Amino acid sequence: MAFKKKRKSGKWIVNIVLGFICLIWLLPTLGLLISSFRPAADILSTGWWKVLPHQEWKAAGDTIKLPKDVDLRGPIEVNGKTYTDDQLKAGVEVDGNRLIWENRRARVISIEKQGWVTSTDLTLDNYNNVITGKEYTLKNADGSETTEKGTGLSQAFWNTLTIAVPATVIPVLIASFAAYAFAWLRFPGRKTLFVIIIAMLVIPIQVALIPVLKDYTSLGLNGSYLGIWLAHTAFGLPLVTYFMYNFISQLPKDLFESAFMDGANHFTIFSKLILPLSVPALASIGIFQFLWVWNDYLVSLIFIGNQPGVQVMSMKIADLVGSRGNDWHLLTSAAFISMLMPLAIFFLLQKYFVRGLMGGSVKG
Amino acid sequence: MDAQAKQRISMRAVLLSFGVLLANIVVNGLIFKFFRDSTLNPLLTAVLAVLWGVLGVYLIYYTLSWAAEQYPDYVRRRILPFIFIGPAVIVLGWLLVLPAIRTLYLSFFNASSDKFVGLGNYVAIFSDHLMATALRNNLLWVFVGTLACVAFGLLIAILADRSSYEKIAKSIIFMPMAISFVAAGVIWKFVYYYQPGDEQIGLLNAFVVALGGEPQAWASMLQPWNNFFLIIILIWMQTGFAMVIFSAAIKGVPDDILEAARVDGAGEIKIFFRIIIPFISTTILTVTTTIIVFTLKIFDVVMVMTGGQYDTEVVATQFYRQFFMYRNFGYGSTLAIVLLIAVLPVIFINLRQFRKQGGF
Repeated sequence: MAFKKKRKSGKWIVNIVLGFICLIWLLPTLGLLISSFRPAADILSTGWWKVLPHQEWKAAGDTIKLPKDVDLRGPIEVNGKTYTDDQLKAGVEVDGNRLIWENRRARVISIEKQGWVTSTDLTLDNYNNVITGKEYTLKNADGSETTEKGTGLSQAFWNTLTIAVPATVIPVLIASFAAYAFAWLRFPGRKTLFVIIIAMLVIPIQVALIPVLKDYTSLGLNGSYLGIWLAHTAFGLPLVTYFMYNFISQLPKDLFESAFMDGANHFTIFSKLILPLSVPALASIGIFQFLWVWNDYLVSLIFIGNQPGVQVMSMKIADLVGSRGNDWHLLTSAAFISMLMPLAIFFLLQKYFVRGLMGGSVKG
Repeated sequence: MDAQAKQRISMRAVLLSFGVLLANIVVNGLIFKFFRDSTLNPLLTAVLAVLWGVLGVYLIYYTLSWAAEQYPDYVRRRILPFIFIGPAVIVLGWLLVLPAIRTLYLSFFNASSDKFVGLGNYVAIFSDHLMATALRNNLLWVFVGTLACVAFGLLIAILADRSSYEKIAKSIIFMPMAISFVAAGVIWKFVYYYQPGDEQIGLLNAFVVALGGEPQAWASMLQPWNNFFLIIILIWMQTGFAMVIFSAAIKGVPDDILEAARVDGAGEIKIFFRIIIPFISTTILTVTTTIIVFTLKIFDVVMVMTGGQYDTEVVATQFYRQFFMYRNFGYGSTLAIVLLIAVLPVIFINLRQFRKQGGF
């Protein structure tokens, strides 16, 4: 029992150290979230942590009126003490109060006291601004400028959804059929094909981009939804197939035998038996693929390019970073909108999310 | 008699199956064309696309396997697997396998792919200053990033295991994995933000000023240390992944071994290095390779944070620049192949692992 006691006494150290690490991990996101609700001018003038209660000098209401003819170049006498003009400009501390010019020309000094403040001046304007979209001037890669109006992030949000849903459903379905065949059917070339799929697991997609873009250009698929769906389908397929194979091949053999006895064919077995049984696996890998597509930047950048109507959120935000890098009220709210979907999935479907991620960690 | 009946393939079945195949190609080709040229409202397009994705793809399998049903059993058994894997093989072949081979081929040609240059591109990318920087930075990313992710992941997993709020702590550390690198870029750009003057709104600079230091433009001006500030973003995002997997592995260490060690008077640190680490060494190896592969291809973070300026270029951003902006297909392909070569060992490890697990 001795060691148990020892562990207990060390526990508070563990709790404190871990708490500190968690705080560090949380602060960047917290800063973004809080800033996204602050007025544009506030973000640029004070740090976001000023929203939390902190001590600050506040005008106490009292003022000291000096004679109009006081020479600002010489020492200034206030209540028996002398200060320079510069001191009064910056504020000078006297017995817990602070003296600062309220109106220098009228020679009025304000007396400030220290007190607790929270600048809770929060607003939804940033979100309105980003969602509806004002007029932007976007610089293209070739140096020309295009003015874009009205299509804010809401358009990009729907574009992302339009791309992400089919780009999840199609590969998951195709891969499940293939995984079933690899697991339960015998055919020549099965081994070789599966080895190729495993080899493709970690392949960097960069090796495919140039030829695929050439094909897309000649087929007119560039900047179209279809092109992106197919690209994401292909880039996601090896992993989804591998993941589904691992699941489907573990199903008990008796299941198939009894189904065959009842005269069912493979297609019926697959759609009536395997798919319903695979729902947890489908959910895990589906969520993984969905988030992968949702968060993707490179594939969209290559295959969508400058088509503003089809642009996804990650591209819009990256564009904003490039063109309006100091407009933190827009950047923070836009970034947070793009995080809404992943965060919702993370908090609501954490179990599937983690499972899919652990299985999908090798994706290229 | 039975066998004879089985072996006859009816003319009807052959015609029917070709008809079905042709109909599938034509119908889906038309849908393909429709989506390509579609000018409909994007929301409507999305709904139609989902319908096509689910029903259309499902119907392809349904009709084709129905056609296969028309054949005698022994023929059907041979065709059916190819119907099931067909679409996957076509998509993979067209958009992944063949392009990889074509990229390898292109890497031996010049910028506009019309003159054979042998290994010229490979020589060039290792001697060109910009490319050399990209390779150096990529090594830095892989080495520092992976090491830090694994170390932090292990540390946090152990701490969480012994803390009184394991679940919440794990959620907090894991959360950054869900968001995109672009969003993470914005988050950290804000943390690193620098403006002249005393009032700093970036967390890091405010902290430095509060400690009496000088504010800095962390991500750009401090070369080559700015790379480390970009790598921190990766660590922030990927540590959660390492932690979750390590945490599961640590829970698998049998309690009686730990208790026995404690009875023998081993301290927690000794237990960690002598028992836990050896016990989960395979997991550590897997996590390490996974993060290495991931880090090799790092692109979004660098693109959003610096665009590859200030000597922060990595191979993937350089690839994008060469291929997409300079239209230098020779250099672009070569860089892609360099990335491929870098992951080759992992491919072999995966294949060996698969064979060990029983393969087929």
